[in-house]
Amino acid sequence: MTQRQASRPRYCSVKIPADNFHPDDTALLQARPSIEFMENYTLSLSGLGRSFGSTRAVDNVSLDIPSGQFVGVIGRSGAGKSTLLRLINRLIEPTTGKISFGDRDITALKGRDLRNWRRDCAMIFQQFNLVDRLDVLTNVLVGRLADHGFVSSMAMRFTDAERTIAIRALDRLDLAPFALQRAGTLSGGQQQRVAIARALVQNPRIMLADEPIASLDPGNATRVMEALRSINREDGLTVLVNLHTLDTAREYCHRIVAMRDGRVMFDGSALQLTDDVVRDIYGSDGLAEFNEAVTSTAARVRVPA
Amino acid sequence: MTSLSLSPAVQAFEAAYAVARARSRATWALTTLGLLVLFFASSYLSDFFKITQVTLSDGSRAERWIIPAGLPRLGEYLEKTMPSLSWANLGADLGSWFWAWRTWAVLLVETILIAFMATVFGVVGGFLLSFPAARNLAPNKWILWFTRRFLEIARTVPDLVWALIFVFSFGIGPLAGVMAIALHCIGALGKLYSEANENIDMRPLDGIKAAGGTWAQQIRFGAVPQVLPNIISYTLLRFEINVRSSSIIGYVGAGGLGQEFRTAVSLQEYTDLSALFVIIFATVMLIDYGSEKLRHRFIGLGVR
Repeated sequence: MTQRQASRPRYCSVKIPADNFHPDDTALLQARPSIEFMENYTLSLSGLGRSFGSTRAVDNVSLDIPSGQFVGVIGRSGAGKSTLLRLINRLIEPTTGKISFGDRDITALKGRDLRNWRRDCAMIFQQFNLVDRLDVLTNVLVGRLADHGFVSSMAMRFTDAERTIAIRALDRLDLAPFALQRAGTLSGGQQQRVAIARALVQNPRIMLADEPIASLDPGNATRVMEALRSINREDGLTVLVNLHTLDTAREYCHRIVAMRDGRVMFDGSALQLTDDVVRDIYGSDGLAEFNEAVTSTAARVRVPA
Repeated sequence: MTSLSLSPAVQAFEAAYAVARARSRATWALTTLGLLVLFFASSYLSDFFKITQVTLSDGSRAERWIIPAGLPRLGEYLEKTMPSLSWANLGADLGSWFWAWRTWAVLLVETILIAFMATVFGVVGGFLLSFPAARNLAPNKWILWFTRRFLEIARTVPDLVWALIFVFSFGIGPLAGVMAIALHCIGALGKLYSEANENIDMRPLDGIKAAGGTWAQQIRFGAVPQVLPNIISYTLLRFEINVRSSSIIGYVGAGGLGQEFRTAVSLQEYTDLSALFVIIFATVMLIDYGSEKLRHRFIGLGVR
């Protein structure tokens, strides 16, 4: 465990005088190693399933997601996309099947190990899931809670080093000026970026994004997707994102997984996702023509990659 | 009807609407009937319609409904508690009305302190128990069941009864009063707080859980900030209630002004009763005023 932690990527590139901090803190602040040092663990789902009553929300899903991939999960509402993501970080318990990361069995984790796993695969949500009444900085510091004991977290006490990490994460997403505002006073797009900052300070290896742009306007949607892309490219994080919009999926994802009625219907690149496949996934009930642009939330002006 | 042709969907709606209307009207009628029956049954049982004998001014006896028969006696009682005050001699009159003011002042301070201590214990206990007692936050159904039953017992037994028990076990004095009111207060506040907890938005807690937070961390960071204004508001309200409780609890020997009430009632010192009532009324009014100011400040209505 400790060896693994030592080799995890860090997100701070500026050195802080060491004598100001506890030894643990200086470890936190060390410069981020380059991507080559990251272990190449694969996230594997095998025969994963979850039933709610008689409905099979996720039905026998098997996927191998190598480290560093940007995967988009598409499908219509109720196809099981959300459940799939929540199964991965065990916010929902699977009824059948197995999740593993490298040689670790994720489905068997309990207590502290489970919480550490959740820290390692950060999640962002459609509704941001921030605490509106707390300031932005504290919301970001929530990402550090997995490494906190009972007393310090009940007192809401964080170290200077942690605050430094949090404010840097906010700055990376252009949100440093809002650090002391209540999270509830920010716009949707800003809140989603606060959520991404919270995810970043978790030092995760995987980023799960559950319809992160579904309640955002096109401009904000683009900023959020660009942030996810930069996390994927610069930090080498695996990104798994649920999307409603096909053109966004085509634009950003290396690989697209399509679900229908809890099953994986398609798994391939954007190019392989033809109109026929799309019609099959969405089952465009009687709609003669399926227009991708109608569902789009991406801004037309594309930021060059 | 007219020849207006309605689409089948609208016709289906009309039919369903008529059924829904009829059902809600029936429910309303039944509820009203039930409440009326309950009302008359309880007024009969409580002797509301009792006919009593009264002596008229000419000495003859007559049958009267108990309410008009009793009202003059109420007036008589209130009249006895009125002190004799005159403008010419106001200072001395007030002095003789509040003749025991030294004792009463000390007891008033004791009363407020009992209420304060009891509120502190009640808030701490109620706050801690309100999370396992909230349906959406309880870690499992057994903990939910046990905390809820404990809170129910604590608040169902009136604080006067708790005071009797504690006076018996810990002796006469304010300690018994603090414990009695605190226990009742834990039950009452725990229930109120837990209802506030049940109305929170669970999404922030999900966010904290997904970041690897424990149950306690989810509560501390996700739930507490959401319920804090409610908690402050309920707490200040409860403090007022506790001052009222602690002013009567001395009746059974648990400290505070209540013991003077008992003496006044048993020695038939009617003007003392009104003096004590004025003292408590003024105190509660002051606390009410102060806590309202505080409450508005906390929920952001006050002038900054």
